[in-house]
Amino acid sequence: MTTDTTEESVRAEVRAWLEANWNPNYGLVEWREKLCESGWGAPHWPKEWYGRDLPVKFNAVVDEEFARVGAVGVAKAGIRTLAAATILAHGTDLHKQKFLKRILTGEDTWCQLFSEPGSGSDMAGAVTRADKRGNKWVINGQKVWTTSAHKAHWGLLLARADWDKVKHKGLAYFILDMKQPGVQVHPLKQMNGHASFNQVFFTDAEVEPEMMVCDVGDGWTVATTTLMHERRGADGLRSWATASDKKGRIYEEERAEIVTTMEPYKWYPQRAGRVDLVMQRAKETGRIDDPVIRQEIARLLIMSKSAEWTARRARAAQEQGKPQGPEGSLGKLVASNVARQAARVHTYLTGADALLSGEDSPMGGTIAEILVSVPASSIAGGTDEIQRNIISERVLKMPRETSVDTTKPFKDVPRNIVSS
Amino acid sequence: MRFSFSAEQEEFRTTLRRALEARSPTKEVRRLMATDQGFDREAWQKLNQELGLTGIHIPEAYGGQGFGFGELGIVLEEMGRNLLCAPYFSTAALAATAILNAGTEEQKKALLPGLADGTVTATLAFQEPNGSIDPDGIAMTATGNKLDGTKSFVLDGHTAQLIVVVARKPGSKGTDGLSFFTVAGNAPGLARRKLKTMDETRKLAQLSFKGVEATPLGRDGAGAALAKTLQQAYVCLANEMVGGAAYYAAAALDEGDNDMPALASLAKAQASEAYLQTAIHAVQMHGGIGFTWDNDTHLWFKRAKSSEILLGDANQHREKMIQAWTQ
Repeated sequence: MTTDTTEESVRAEVRAWLEANWNPNYGLVEWREKLCESGWGAPHWPKEWYGRDLPVKFNAVVDEEFARVGAVGVAKAGIRTLAAATILAHGTDLHKQKFLKRILTGEDTWCQLFSEPGSGSDMAGAVTRADKRGNKWVINGQKVWTTSAHKAHWGLLLARADWDKVKHKGLAYFILDMKQPGVQVHPLKQMNGHASFNQVFFTDAEVEPEMMVCDVGDGWTVATTTLMHERRGADGLRSWATASDKKGRIYEEERAEIVTTMEPYKWYPQRAGRVDLVMQRAKETGRIDDPVIRQEIARLLIMSKSAEWTARRARAAQEQGKPQGPEGSLGKLVASNVARQAARVHTYLTGADALLSGEDSPMGGTIAEILVSVPASSIAGGTDEIQRNIISERVLKMPRETSVDTTKPFKDVPRNIVSS
Repeated sequence: MRFSFSAEQEEFRTTLRRALEARSPTKEVRRLMATDQGFDREAWQKLNQELGLTGIHIPEAYGGQGFGFGELGIVLEEMGRNLLCAPYFSTAALAATAILNAGTEEQKKALLPGLADGTVTATLAFQEPNGSIDPDGIAMTATGNKLDGTKSFVLDGHTAQLIVVVARKPGSKGTDGLSFFTVAGNAPGLARRKLKTMDETRKLAQLSFKGVEATPLGRDGAGAALAKTLQQAYVCLANEMVGGAAYYAAAALDEGDNDMPALASLAKAQASEAYLQTAIHAVQMHGGIGFTWDNDTHLWFKRAKSSEILLGDANQHREKMIQAWTQ
């Protein structure tokens, strides 16, 4: 990048490249390999790793030019994006060579092996063991809430390698081959009938020493990078869910990829309460004239709009390079309040039909799905209780909660789930 | 007025809780909720032979136990606690109550013993696809004794052997022209379809009537009997949900309290929100595992959600209560 790179120069450059290269008759992987060579698939990545070293702000310009000609981009959805961000930040050259390109082409899918039965929101409490045997690492234990584990080729694994260190210092971070006999994946059905998550069991699963991402003790730092990108990307999943409806081989391949990748997330809009449907439903059901319902709807819309504007203000501040304010911490908590209030409003709007499900429920089951999906919003991605702890400690600067598990070697910390 | 439980009632509750815990573990609930019928007829009859539960508030003269709504409330609360999958609410709290309120002496003698001993399952069909719990919502017509129209949200409507139906004279409105009828579950012209429900432990059906020949239950002008039946049903459902204000309301029913219309709605509104809030907290306290299918918490969450809506939500009942108190 030179100092005179401007929006115009980037636009002209990508436009010229697309004119010379884009052809919808390419196979999906074949085309994406060209994107990797040229760097236009991930322009903000380093030049030596499939990018062009452009500032992130130019991605929007590149995306616009791709959209203008209907060109397909690199694989952007799912956990693979977290793997890429983590490997770029902390991985060795070997990791970058082996994984980054196949992430961009979409050939490999990934999963994130962090949460455990005894530590869902408190992930630094992981008790899955990593023991050195000979020159290999041997993994034993259990992970849970693992999205797409049944399809994944590789897993981002947080495991405890040193039990003599305190909680956050004994963790190691590995890249684990999911397709090996020591890894067993069982789907976890939810109360709304979907099975988006898995339990993953390790019985002497093996990791080659070079597949360790950092030194023992730095695992939590690396995990923080992954989590930061997860939180940042959480809003983006929905916008990625739409594929082009154009005809042609490459579009069909992309559509198939999106359907597979987005499958676990298809109830997520319902989990958030579907505030967008409220006015439409109020009119359809005629309840819009009921003064009690009007108050309920108004209360919901006020809360939801305020949350949206707060999030937008935070994003704008971030783009201007200002330090992170308290808005981010509030957003997650407010979102679960909005979801609960939305479920309440949908119940009132729907009346007796809210008893029904499947095709007997209004909107082909969408309303019923809202009612039985919303409880996840205050649990997944950090419970309301965890969010309140974060707000009290980091935003309000209240004294930290007395912690019994961060001052002594982790092996001496009492736990309610004993690892094998 | 009496509003704490007697030693006998507490004893009854303890016995019942033990029996229901043994008969309705969640493994059995999960098995039955996955069936179309939703209950096990043999187990149902056995339960009634041994404990006589369906006849609890039916007078002894009609084959029942002769207790009141206080005791019926205890049975419902314990059944709700164990999510018993059985046509109990439909048969005892709805159909038997309607027959008691509307039937003639001969009809009570003819119909109630079968309900009381568990040989006949029954239900009340009053709501229609519009979901209204008010008389205005009833559109089904009775031309002579021929019924035409559609009932919906009928508890156990697809399996009930006897259906108590509310219909109106063609052209009538509001509480005018309403009458109760009884129809056999297999009557010609009656089509029954089980609805898909969020709470699978409680089965609902839609019933379509095309010129179905019915038997009048009691006399014309059933508006008052319907209102009374529904008030009693609200109190019963509130008892099934949480007890609390519902205990008082059940005792008030037994005392024949004049304030009943308001008290019944108060209990239903209060129970609807209390139970749902508790269920939401229960899922949250379990964390992620509480959102999974294999964990039992969702069974009660869905029961709470369905009970919130069944027979009218909290907003509707708060309105009814205020109306009763400002009349």
